[in-house]
Amino acid sequence: MEKEKVLSIKDLSISFQTSAGEVNAIRGVNLDLYKGETIAIVGESGSGKSVTVKAIMGILSGNGRINSGTIDFMYHRGEEEVHEDLLKLSKKEMCHRIKGKRIAMVFQDPMTSLNPTMTIGNQIMEGMRYHFKTPKQEAHEKAIKLLELVGITEPQKRMKNYPHQLSGGMRQRVVIAIALACDPEILICDEPTTALDVTIQAKILELIKEIQEKTNISVIYITHDLGVVAKVADYVGVMYAGKIVEKGLINEIFYDPKHPYTWGLLSAMPDLDTNDELLYTIPGSPPNLLNKIEGDAFAERNQYALNIDHRVEPPLFKVTDTHYAATWLLHENAPDIQMPMELKNRIYRMLGEVE
Amino acid sequence: MEEGKKPLLVVKDLKQYFKINKRFMVKAVDGVSFEVFPGETYGLVGESGSGKSTIGRSIIRLYQPTAGEVDFNGVKISGRLTSEQTKHLRVKMQMIFQDPMACLNPRKKVLDIIAQGLDIHHLYSSQKEREEKVYKILNMVGLSKEHANRYPHQFSGGQRQRIGIARALIMNPDLIIADEAISALDVSIQAQVVNLMKEIQKQTGTAIMFIAHDLSMVKYISDRIGVLHLGHLVETGTTEEIFNNPIHPYTKSLLSAIPHPNPKVEKDRIAISYDYTTSGIDYRLGTKHHVEGEHYVLGTEEEITRWREGD
Repeated sequence: MEKEKVLSIKDLSISFQTSAGEVNAIRGVNLDLYKGETIAIVGESGSGKSVTVKAIMGILSGNGRINSGTIDFMYHRGEEEVHEDLLKLSKKEMCHRIKGKRIAMVFQDPMTSLNPTMTIGNQIMEGMRYHFKTPKQEAHEKAIKLLELVGITEPQKRMKNYPHQLSGGMRQRVVIAIALACDPEILICDEPTTALDVTIQAKILELIKEIQEKTNISVIYITHDLGVVAKVADYVGVMYAGKIVEKGLINEIFYDPKHPYTWGLLSAMPDLDTNDELLYTIPGSPPNLLNKIEGDAFAERNQYALNIDHRVEPPLFKVTDTHYAATWLLHENAPDIQMPMELKNRIYRMLGEVE
Repeated sequence: MEEGKKPLLVVKDLKQYFKINKRFMVKAVDGVSFEVFPGETYGLVGESGSGKSTIGRSIIRLYQPTAGEVDFNGVKISGRLTSEQTKHLRVKMQMIFQDPMACLNPRKKVLDIIAQGLDIHHLYSSQKEREEKVYKILNMVGLSKEHANRYPHQFSGGQRQRIGIARALIMNPDLIIADEAISALDVSIQAQVVNLMKEIQKQTGTAIMFIAHDLSMVKYISDRIGVLHLGHLVETGTTEEIFNNPIHPYTKSLLSAIPHPNPKVEKDRIAISYDYTTSGIDYRLGTKHHVEGEHYVLGTEEEITRWREGD
């Protein structure tokens, strides 16, 4: 069956005006999301992962400016298929037609994203009442169903609770319930479990997966934890300095990475099975996007950098139909450089674990 | 740990209660005992609300412990302290805090922040010596001399945490309590800071009490681990013992909750869940049982046989 493309970001470029000058936070991002799939965007802080999804939601901060690009969003209105460029919609139109209704978002910190002065019941019902003018009775019933769906016991009683009466894990469940209230096409999760404990994190991740199976929703997942990525994602985009440097199916990224930055990320993960003395670290820190970047942004920190990396920016090379990486190492004239031995051994071991 | 080695820190039956109102008392730490040996890293793990940070703060006397005994270097540091004892504690035990932005005074230069301990305890004879000491420490944590005259806001998160470490190190402490010292940092920076702490420990022989909820990092840095839940130390042992042979169901659930960075395994794996209220376990009834080596588990006789047969 042909997969339906729900969201397609093309050549997105965003900059921010700051007192120190113009910061090019996003420098040409291309990304596709298909129905029922999960895409994970990984990268260090400041790589532009959050800015990308904020652009989709139309909630960029005031000093942000979109320089180029389109975000094509496809949805069904009854039988009819509708295509819309989200960047062309006005703020008001976004609010009325898209935000919270067709694309919903779960933020990092459940304490600051909930309204402390409203009961959680009212907060779940708010979206439905606004977008669909649902009668109160009906909205109330649906809210209870949603609370059940996200695994909160005694939903009747919890409806009247305020956020401060719930634990961190419960609060994040409520936030997910709010996001799902209007049956959105796309759910964006911006580091939904970073503020939570590992045990609760595991439960929330399993919950999101379960919901996805039930409702066939598409999910964009932002995280810097590759363990989380391994659990939830179908497709992975690795971001560095405002660009996607490698994208591919999850198995391609984890078992056959091509970009030196991805090698670094994978090597830097603490591995529970080895007893190395020191953790691998990627040397240096991400580039300052205030300055114009010449060549490959990662060249400075890249021990495998070629001469050309410092002068010309590498294009996205195709590895397979689904796997792309922006590194000159994939050029036909490039020297044959393989991933570091330790990583190779580790991948070999990981593949062995499956049997 | 070899026999006959004298522990650096002995915590015996530490209790820390917080009175909320007349009727309600939070028992944040409820009878915890453990030891830290010189030069080792002891990891304390547990979910939020398990009391791991409270233990650190009670030991260094940011709180007044409700009951229990704490011995540090053979000096009793619980109960009422004499000025002598306070001084010993304040010099030889140092703390690194979680949020590197909030714990550095924004109106002071790095030089003065790091030298504050020296100033208070008059540990230098001239300005030059003071400066030199700071430069030496800065060098040790991977910063340079030029950084000394800047303010905290001019640094990135990882660099700020290095300043926090430098501030603790300059007193030449026997024990550093690192309270979630890397949780606020980015993954790649976390690895840098963890490596730095390991390196420094090798050079100076300082013991570290590493409080964290991220088990994969704790595994890397710790020699021994204590697992806390609801104010009770449910299991303690060397890192290998805890990771290879967890006995307490809470430890098992904690270990299974770590996501493995291996998609083929992780996709279909479901973490073991553990619920104290429905498990029928009462921590207050349990006693500390010796399993092997350094490995101890909290539970009643019958529970422990059941858990061990469960494997």
